[in-house]
Amino acid sequence: MTDKKMVEALIFSKPESLTDVPTHYCPGCTHGVAHRLIAETIDEMGMRENTVGVAPVGCSVFAYNYFNMDFAEAAHGRAPAMATGFKRVNPDMNVFTYQGDGDLASIGAAEILHAAGRGEMITVIFINNAIYGMTGGQMAPTTLPGQKTTSSPLGRDIESHGFPLKMCEILSQLDGSAYIVRRSLHDPANIRKAKKAIRQAFEVQRQGLGFSMVELLSNCPTNWKMTAEDSLEWIEENMIPYFPLGDFKVHPAIAKSKKG
Amino acid sequence: MAKELLKGNVAFAEAAVRAGCEAYYGYPITPQTEALEHMAKRMPELGRVFLQAESEVAAINMVYGAACAGVRVMSSSSSPGVSLMMEGLSYIAGSEVPVVLVDIMRGGPGLGNIAPSQGDYNQIVKGGGHGDYRIITLAPATIQEIIDLTYEAFDIAEKYRAIVVILADGSIGQMMEPAELPPMQEVRKREDRAEWSLTGAKGRDPRVITSIYIDPAEEEVFNLHLVEKQKKIEANEVRFSSLLLEDAEIAIVAYGTAGRIAQSSVKQARDEGIKVGLLRPISLYPFPYDEIGKVADQVKRILVVEMSGGQMLDDVRLAVNGKVPVDFYGRMGGMVPLPDEVFEQIQELNQKANA
Ligand SMILES: Cc1ncc(C[n+]2csc(CCOP(=O)(O)OP(=O)(O)O)c2C)c(N)n1
Ligand code: SF4
Ligand SMILES: [Mg+2]
Repeated sequence: MTDKKMVEALIFSKPESLTDVPTHYCPGCTHGVAHRLIAETIDEMGMRENTVGVAPVGCSVFAYNYFNMDFAEAAHGRAPAMATGFKRVNPDMNVFTYQGDGDLASIGAAEILHAAGRGEMITVIFINNAIYGMTGGQMAPTTLPGQKTTSSPLGRDIESHGFPLKMCEILSQLDGSAYIVRRSLHDPANIRKAKKAIRQAFEVQRQGLGFSMVELLSNCPTNWKMTAEDSLEWIEENMIPYFPLGDFKVHPAIAKSKKG
Repeated sequence: MAKELLKGNVAFAEAAVRAGCEAYYGYPITPQTEALEHMAKRMPELGRVFLQAESEVAAINMVYGAACAGVRVMSSSSSPGVSLMMEGLSYIAGSEVPVVLVDIMRGGPGLGNIAPSQGDYNQIVKGGGHGDYRIITLAPATIQEIIDLTYEAFDIAEKYRAIVVILADGSIGQMMEPAELPPMQEVRKREDRAEWSLTGAKGRDPRVITSIYIDPAEEEVFNLHLVEKQKKIEANEVRFSSLLLEDAEIAIVAYGTAGRIAQSSVKQARDEGIKVGLLRPISLYPFPYDEIGKVADQVKRILVVEMSGGQMLDDVRLAVNGKVPVDFYGRMGGMVPLPDEVFEQIQELNQKANA
C-alpha cells in the first residue's frame, strides 16, 4: 500500500438478521448472545428472507423485536406445534423455534416430544437456564437438585419434586430426531462451538434430514442472584456436570461435513 | 351437481376441501372422527396437508401456525377436544388470523358420552378461551346446511380475520342425508396470500403475528378494534330461518338438531290448528336478537327447546326482554327430544296462552 491513508476494516458489526432495537434482557444475560449466534448463522447461510421464527413465552417473548425477519409468537410451550403447522404448508422455508426450559421441557413437553418424534423439519434453539426467568425465578424442570428458586426456597428436593429432565438425552432417543446437541454459552470457546452447532442444525433442516435441536446452557444472573461473571462460572461448575455437553445425535449425512 | 347420500362428518370435511382448505390438523374423537379420516385420505390425494396431532392442544396450535402463513386451514373435534383448544383459540383471536373449526358436540360434562348434545353453547358462543372476544358461531340443522356453512366459513373467517366455529351435534355428524356438494376451489396461490401473512421478509419489512400488547393502553386499543369488528359482524352476519311465524301465537326458538325436531312438532301442532311457528337461529353469534324481539311483539308465548339445561335460553330472554313469558324444554346428557315431547309442550303452552 503506497497510500498512507489508513484502511478502515470493519471487524465487528450487527448482523442483518438483528434489528437495531436494544434488548430488554438483564445485563449479562446470555439470551442476547444466543440471539446473535442465530442471527449471524442465518446471515451466513443467506436465509433471512426465507426464515420464520416462533417466539416462546418466557424472557424471550419479545425475541421478534430483535430478529429482523418474519416471526410469530406462540402460546407457552406450543411453539413446536405452531412451527409444525407453519412448516407443513411451507416446506421450503427455514423455520425455527426459540424456547426456554419452562416452555420446552415443562408446559410444552408433549409438543416438543412429538415434533421430534415426527421428525418435523424444524430447528429448535433451547435456552436452558435452569429457572423460570420471566416469572421471577421459580423452579424449572431443569432446576438442579438442591438449587434454590422462589418455589423451591430450600433447594430443589428430589424427594418431592423429582429429577431434572435431560431433554437432549430424551429427544435423541427418538427416530425422528436428526441432530440433537448440547452446548454452553459460558465462555468464548464454548460460544464458538455453540455457533457451529446452530449452523449444523439449520443445515440439517435445509437438507430435510429431520428434527434438529441445539440446547444452550445459559444463565439468569438476576434470578440466580449472582453477578454475571459468577453466573457463567456457575454454569461451568454446576450445570455442565449435570447436563453434559456433547453430540447426542448427529445424522450421518451431517456428521461427514462436521468439524468441531 | 347431483345430490348424493352423505354422512355429516364426511360432508363438512369434503365441503372444506372444496373451499380450498390447504391444511387440516386434528385428533380423533367420536362423534367427529369420520371427518379426520376423510381428510387423512383426501388431503394427501390433492397434495395438501393432513396431520394427526398428538392432542387437540397441538392440533389447534398447528392450525394457528398454518393460519399465520395465510393459507386456508381448519380443524374439527368434539366437546372434550374443543375444551383443550380453548387456549389456542384465544391466541388465534388475539392474533386475528382466520381459522375454521367444526365442533360436533357430545354429552358432557367430563368424558360424558358420545351421544348428540348442545351442552357447549356457552363454551363457544359466550367463551372460547380467555379474553374479550367473540367467535362467529354457525349452527347447521341439516347435512346440506353443514356443507354450505363450512364452505362459506372460510370466506367469513378471512373477511373478518376471525374464528368461525361450525357448532353442530353428534346427530348431524353421524346422520346421512342426500345433499349436494359445492364446486372445487383450488388452494390459494402463494403470491395471493394476505398482506399480513408470514411469507419471509423478502424485499419488505418483517411481519410479526402476536397476541401480546404489554402496555394496557395498547391492549385496550386492540380490544376496541375487536369491538368495532364485532359491530360489523353483528350488522352483517345474522342468520336464521323462520317457519310459519306470520300468524303465530306461540313461537319456538331452537337451533341445530333441536330446531329440526321442533320443525316436525310445529307441523304436528298446525295440523291440530295450533298457531305455532319456529325461529331457528343459524348464527348463534351474532345472535338474532332483533328478529326474536320482533317475534316477541307478535306472539303470546315463546318456547325455547335445546339439548341442554338452557343455554341459548339466556340469549332468547335478552331478545324477548320481558315482553312475553319464555318457557323452556330441554333434554340433556345426550338425550334427544322426540317431536311428540315438543308437541306436548306446545299443547300445554297453547292452553296457557289462550287461558
Ligand atoms: C399457560 C401459561 N402458564 C403460565 C404462564 C406464565 N409464564 C410465563 S413465562 C413462564 C416460564 C418461562 O420460563 P422459561 O421457559 O424457562 O423461560 P425464561 O424466562 O427462563 O427464558 C411462565 C410460567 C403463561 N404465560 N402461560
Ligand atoms: S430474568 Fe434471567 S433469563 Fe430473563 S432476561 Fe433477566 S437474566 Fe435473562
Ligand atoms: Mg428458563
